[in-house]
Formats: sequence, structure tokens, C-alpha cells
Amino acid sequence: MPTVPFAPDVFTWPADEPQLIGSRCGVCAAVTFPEQPSCPRCGSVEMARRLFPRRGTLIAWTTQEFLPKAPYAGGETQETFKPFGVGLVQLGDEIRVEGRLTESDPEKLHSGGEVELTIIPFREDGDTQVVTFAFKPV
Amino acid sequence: MHDVAIIGVGLHPFGRFGTKSAIQMGAEAIRLALADAGAEWKDVQFAFGGSFEVDNPDAVVGLLGRTGIPFMDVYNGCATAATALEMTADGIRAGKYELGVAVGMDKHGTGAFTSDPTYYGAPSWYGENGQFLTTKFFGMKINRYMHDFGITSRTLARVAAKNYRNGVLNPNAFRRTAIEEDEILNSKMLNYPLTQRMFCSPDEGAAAVLLCRADIAHRYTSTPVFLRATALRTRRYGAYEVHSSWAAVDEDVAPTVYASRAAYETAGIGPEDVGVIQLQDTDAGAEIMHMSENGFCADGDQEKLLAEGATEIGGRLPVNTDGGLIANGEPIGASGLRQVHEIVRQLRGQAGDRQVPGNPKVGYSQLYGAPGTAGVAIMSL
Ligand SMILES: [Zn+2]
Repeated sequence: MPTVPFAPDVFTWPADEPQLIGSRCGVCAAVTFPEQPSCPRCGSVEMARRLFPRRGTLIAWTTQEFLPKAPYAGGETQETFKPFGVGLVQLGDEIRVEGRLTESDPEKLHSGGEVELTIIPFREDGDTQVVTFAFKPV
Repeated sequence: MHDVAIIGVGLHPFGRFGTKSAIQMGAEAIRLALADAGAEWKDVQFAFGGSFEVDNPDAVVGLLGRTGIPFMDVYNGCATAATALEMTADGIRAGKYELGVAVGMDKHGTGAFTSDPTYYGAPSWYGENGQFLTTKFFGMKINRYMHDFGITSRTLARVAAKNYRNGVLNPNAFRRTAIEEDEILNSKMLNYPLTQRMFCSPDEGAAAVLLCRADIAHRYTSTPVFLRATALRTRRYGAYEVHSSWAAVDEDVAPTVYASRAAYETAGIGPEDVGVIQLQDTDAGAEIMHMSENGFCADGDQEKLLAEGATEIGGRLPVNTDGGLIANGEPIGASGLRQVHEIVRQLRGQAGDRQVPGNPKVGYSQLYGAPGTAGVAIMSL
């Protein structure tokens, strides 16, 4: 089954070692995720594309235990929905990004834990597998 | 700059009201505020009206009298009411007007708010991926806070139980049934560590506050409440806020901290002087964090303060004496003016069964909401 990212320009794909795509300010070195056309710190428009490290540290986390309303597009129903974790992950010393976690058991999640970027199935569109990004504990 | 006094407050109950429109509720709240001050609609020189659902809150003039006054509609997320209050106060402070009204009204459907993430500056995929949820942000923020400062889930339950208990004493509240701590802890987990009973829900209602130049307040009331300071702030670069797909490594404090500091400085009043407090309790964790963000305790002290009952109506830091958002729900446009209504009733000694003992002289209210906006007001006799 062919795989396509759930949205363009979020992570490099296809790739053996995918990376999240953001931007970095040429004036003050602030970084953003995803890319944006100007700097959130100094307002400069000199933003360049930046690929982030794949590994990081879990700064904060929670669980998503109910089916989100639209615009959620995971395709589950109340019956098929399974809770997922959500975390704020610091990648290197560059940036903290918010994303899904492959683990949703509070007993197995803790602040300071090491995690790695992974690409996981999101939903099926006909004969296409749509994929999203997540972090898995290592 | 002129000083500003609150001479009248009016509240349409919060809850569910069938087919009754938000505009009708807003007009009723204004009538109550006018009656409270012994004033008439024709005395009102200008107004600011706040709402999320209603495009034109100024349509209340069709129910009150089309006097032709300037009536400005505002929306500023959960800080909408703080914005209406500040703009109305500023019109009087600047000397442009002598008397005006700030009104807020809303009529939300059930369930958590949702919208298009791009309207909040977030990428569109943020919603598709299941991240565009305020409840998730609050779960993440309090979970980290509990880890860093030793706060337990029992303390979250204590906050919610207190606010439900205070709601029982408030005839205008949406939820008027006490809920025990264990039932709160055992209700459905929504976003760890926050359970369903720890969250407020969107509902319906309206509130109005009548303001005038302080030197003419005596024409309307013998007990004016002075609006000593208002402050609004948005998030700075290093703050991790609602609907953010990322945050900077260099952390900054939340916008509430900046709004709070500015308001204390303007008022010349410190947290130690405050006798009755209203904090944004979107969930029980938010009330805990807002206690320290507004200077009422050090980070981590909440564990002990809640166990001692310090934030109860009879405690030394009474917080959300009318039940807060947890018992009243959140009609966004009205929520912050509901807070002001409660502070004014408390300072005047008119809070009935939920009156804070010892004649409090200073009250404080704080709003916080997406995508990282805070509003603070300080009032005194
Ligand atoms: Zn910059």
C-alpha cells in the first residue's frame, strides 16, 4: 500500500530516517515548527528551512482519551477510537515540538524520558495509507 | 486620567435556557446593572459588548432603546470580558465619557469548543492530527507542574469539589450539586491527569457592569467599588501556550504573570492586600497554577493550602467564591464580567450565603485563554 504524509512539509518523506521540517531565523536564530515566513521573536522575514534532530527529551505530556471533534481527521468512530499520548518534546537544544506519542499509558510516560521520531499509520484513504508523525520512548 | 468606579452589576444566570437568545440575556443583564445603580439606559453614553457566538452584541439596543450611542463589539478569546471591561474603563479614564456599560453574552452548544486552527495561528494539520484541543493543553501544563512542584491529583479534586460546593450557594450557577472528591477523581479521564469533573463546560449566560467617573459615583450609590487597575497581556516568545505546535527552549512565564504584575503596580496594591479572588478555572489545574501566577502563593504551596482549606469561602485566600467556571460554566463573552459581579457583591457585603467573612476591602479577578491572552482587574472599596 502506498504511504502519503497526512500533510505536506511537516516531515521529510519518503525517508529512512525522517526528520521534522521547521524554519530558523537568519537574524536572531529563533526556530519554529512547522516552517513560517517570519520570525516569532524579532519579526525578521529571513527564515530558512531547518531539519530537526530525530531524538529528544519529553518535557511535558498528557493523554487524549476522547475522540476529538472535527477538524480531527483520524477516521475513527466512538467505537474504534483508541487513546493516544501527546507530548512536548525538546529536540536537541533547538526547539520543543508538540506531537503524538506512541505510548498512552500514564504508568509508562515520564518527564525527562528519551524519545525518538517515528512515522505511524494515521488512516486509510481507499488503497492509500496516510501516515503521521509521533514520538516513541527509547 | 480619571479614576473609575463600578456603580452597578447585573448577571443573567449561567446555564441552559432553551430558545432564549444571547441578546435577550445581555439586555436583561444590563437592566439588572442599571437597576442596581438606580440609573437609566438613557444615562449610558457608550458601551462595549463581548461575545464569541454573537456577531453583534450591540443588538441589545433593540431591546433597551435605540439611543444612538457608540457601541463597540469585541472578541478576544476567553479574555473577551476583560477586554470589554478595560476598553470601557479607558473611555472614562481618558475623559471622553462619564458613564458606560461593559456587557458580555454567549450561547454555546454542548461539548468542548472547536474551530479552524488557522484562525488561531496554528497550522491546519494541527486539528486534523488531533492536537487542537484546549483540554489537552491544560492536561499537559498541569501534569508538568505537578511533576515539578509536587502537586497531587487529590489537590485537583479538592479544587473542583470546592467550586461545586460554592456553586450550591450561588442561585445563578449552572451546576448546583456538590460532588465529592472521590467521584471527581473517578470520573472519566479526559486528558491525564484531568478528569471530566475537573473541567468547566461551555454554556449560556450574560453579565453587565456599569462604570462611571469616580467623582460622580455618589449620584448613584453610597458604596462604589473602585476599579483600581486593569491589564491585558499576550504571550511572549518563550511561553508555551494553548494551540502551539512548538515552544522555545528558553522558557518564559505565562502572560498572566505579566498582566498580574502590571495590574498590581498600577493599583499600588499587592497580593497580600487582596481579600477575595476570582481565577480562571477552565479546569482544576488551571486554578492551582493561576494561584501562583497571580502572586497568591509560591509554586508548590497549593498542595498544603488546599489541604488546609485556605481557598474556601472562610479561608485566608478565598478563590472562586461563586463556584468559578467549574460551577458556572463558560459563556465566553460573559465569564469575566461574572467574575467582576461576584467581586463587587463580596466587597459590598451582598454575597448572601457565600459571603466572605471579615469585610474584604480588595478583590482580584483573572482571565486566561487561547491562544495565550490574559486579563487582570483589581477592585477596592
Ligand atoms: Zn528572529
